[in-house]
Amino acid sequence: MSFPWANEYKPSHPFMQWMDEKLPLPRFVYNAVGAGYPVPRNLNYWYNFGILAGVCLMLQIITGVILAMHYAANQGVAFDSVEHIMRDVNWGWMMRYAHANGASAFFVVVYIHIFRGFLFGSYKAPREMIWLLGVTIFLLMMATAFMGYVLPWGQMSFWGAKVITGLFSAIPIVGEPLQQWLLGGFAPDNAALNRFFSLHFLLPFVILGVVILHIWALHIPGSTNPTGVEVKQESDTLPFHPYYTAKDGFGLGVFLLIYCAVLFFGPNMLGHPDNYIAADPLSTPAHIVPEWYFWPFYAILRAFTADFFFIPAKLMGVLAMFASILVWFFLPWLDTSPVRSSRYRPLLRKFVWFGLLPDVLILGYCGGSPAEAKFVLISQLGSLYYFLHFLVILPIVSSIEKPEPLPFSITESVLGKDDGAVLPANPAAA
Amino acid sequence: MADEAIIDPAHDTGEGVRRRDFINIAAVSFAGVGGIAVLVPLISQMSPSADVLAESSTEIDISQIATGQAIKAIFRKQPVFIRNLTPAEIGEAQKVDVASLRDPQSLDDRTKPGKTNWLITMGVCTHLGCVPLGAGEGEVKGEFGGYFCPCHGSSYDTAARIRKGPAPKNLEVPPYEFTSDTVVKIG
Repeated sequence: MSFPWANEYKPSHPFMQWMDEKLPLPRFVYNAVGAGYPVPRNLNYWYNFGILAGVCLMLQIITGVILAMHYAANQGVAFDSVEHIMRDVNWGWMMRYAHANGASAFFVVVYIHIFRGFLFGSYKAPREMIWLLGVTIFLLMMATAFMGYVLPWGQMSFWGAKVITGLFSAIPIVGEPLQQWLLGGFAPDNAALNRFFSLHFLLPFVILGVVILHIWALHIPGSTNPTGVEVKQESDTLPFHPYYTAKDGFGLGVFLLIYCAVLFFGPNMLGHPDNYIAADPLSTPAHIVPEWYFWPFYAILRAFTADFFFIPAKLMGVLAMFASILVWFFLPWLDTSPVRSSRYRPLLRKFVWFGLLPDVLILGYCGGSPAEAKFVLISQLGSLYYFLHFLVILPIVSSIEKPEPLPFSITESVLGKDDGAVLPANPAAA
Repeated sequence: MADEAIIDPAHDTGEGVRRRDFINIAAVSFAGVGGIAVLVPLISQMSPSADVLAESSTEIDISQIATGQAIKAIFRKQPVFIRNLTPAEIGEAQKVDVASLRDPQSLDDRTKPGKTNWLITMGVCTHLGCVPLGAGEGEVKGEFGGYFCPCHGSSYDTAARIRKGPAPKNLEVPPYEFTSDTVVKIG
């Protein structure tokens, strides 16, 4: 679906006309990301991160498929095969660093993309399905990233696998058999490594599939925009191409600059030295931490140190960690405000910028720190606030907040006036 | 009951079960049963394979472990701690009020009769599966003199019972038997 004023695809070359009759793929592209897709004219740089996430996914798939050509998923040789990639394979070091740092870049981009959703109310009707699919993509990303981190079979890989699959053993009764079933053994070993490799190869393509659904769902109502006011008329939009291809292209350049700076000048900055030690099932590293992008959730996991009524502390931590993401699924219904963008929601804006954002950053810092009493205490307070934000603050703010006046249209917010507001062509007036 | 031969099944709104309904339900049910049956191998292939299970017992010579010493052995690809407790450690474990423990077990529950000095436990923290310190020479044993898990700070006492920290249970005692005075068979 698109707006009625969208440009129509008119192939001029006879070959393209022939093609359009047999397989209208160029027409599809034209209507999806070309001049045939009208987009709100006021999108700012927050709106670059969807495309950037797509770029990251492709980057990961390409470098990942290449790495799989040189990697051996066997407990005896996996660690050495990664060193073989680093030292012997032509450009292997670059492929591996690009893939490892690509994962970090993907998470940076996706976190900003999600935060954009919090800021501009992208999850609100009629875009709930886009949001639900997005949260699904994020969960799949977490699973993929976790399994990918196990593959080099270093100390952090091994112990990360052990700790994370150990989470499942917290589930009453079925926990331990479930953990053994997931690992194919009593501890991470060849069976686990092999299946993680298989799934790590599969899941990105599942993500790609859900991304296609995500974009499909997006193209039904079209993009939201910083005002949160829906598109009313042609003057509210611009064709995606060339306007947003250019804007996204510029954003992509900036992104690649930062990505390459890390890739070439600090490729191990975000890694752990312990993972350059081959996995040793008899010795645990002194300080096990997951990759930085899991830190906030890891902090929530560790925040539960006492039994909660009849629920043991360990299970409680696991439940809280999963709940911290699953709560996002309910966001479209927890936020009942009729106003979409936090630009016109003075109270919510403050809670997002000065409540939720610092809270997640502090949780992240605690999750990356050793399990000392002070960090555990801060994690507990941080976890409490995190859930309060979604389950208490957001619904209350939605009902008591007095929103600021909205512009009549996107055109008015951009130009200061909107002639369309009085024209009969305006569907709202008609 | 009407004559079945002249009823058009597509427009039959009458009471009762038609032959076609029966065939539909039977066919779909049977396909469903088949689909579920196919899931069994698909799911169970992920469980520990025969060679992994075959390694599930191990024999260990304990004649060289002096009093107060401990060794790490491997059982099911996981560490096992075999510890020769000193009389002081046994005394310390026995004077604890069992009812006050998170996972109430006495030292006698956790060792074989007449072999109270041989404490054999998995070296796997019951919290999230790290290997606790305390078995190796010079490793910290935590404030209860047994084992200490560096990951999240669980402390175990001289009977490897959980005393402090997030772990819910005592270090697991694997199934084992003494095949002679100097050999123990685990598993």
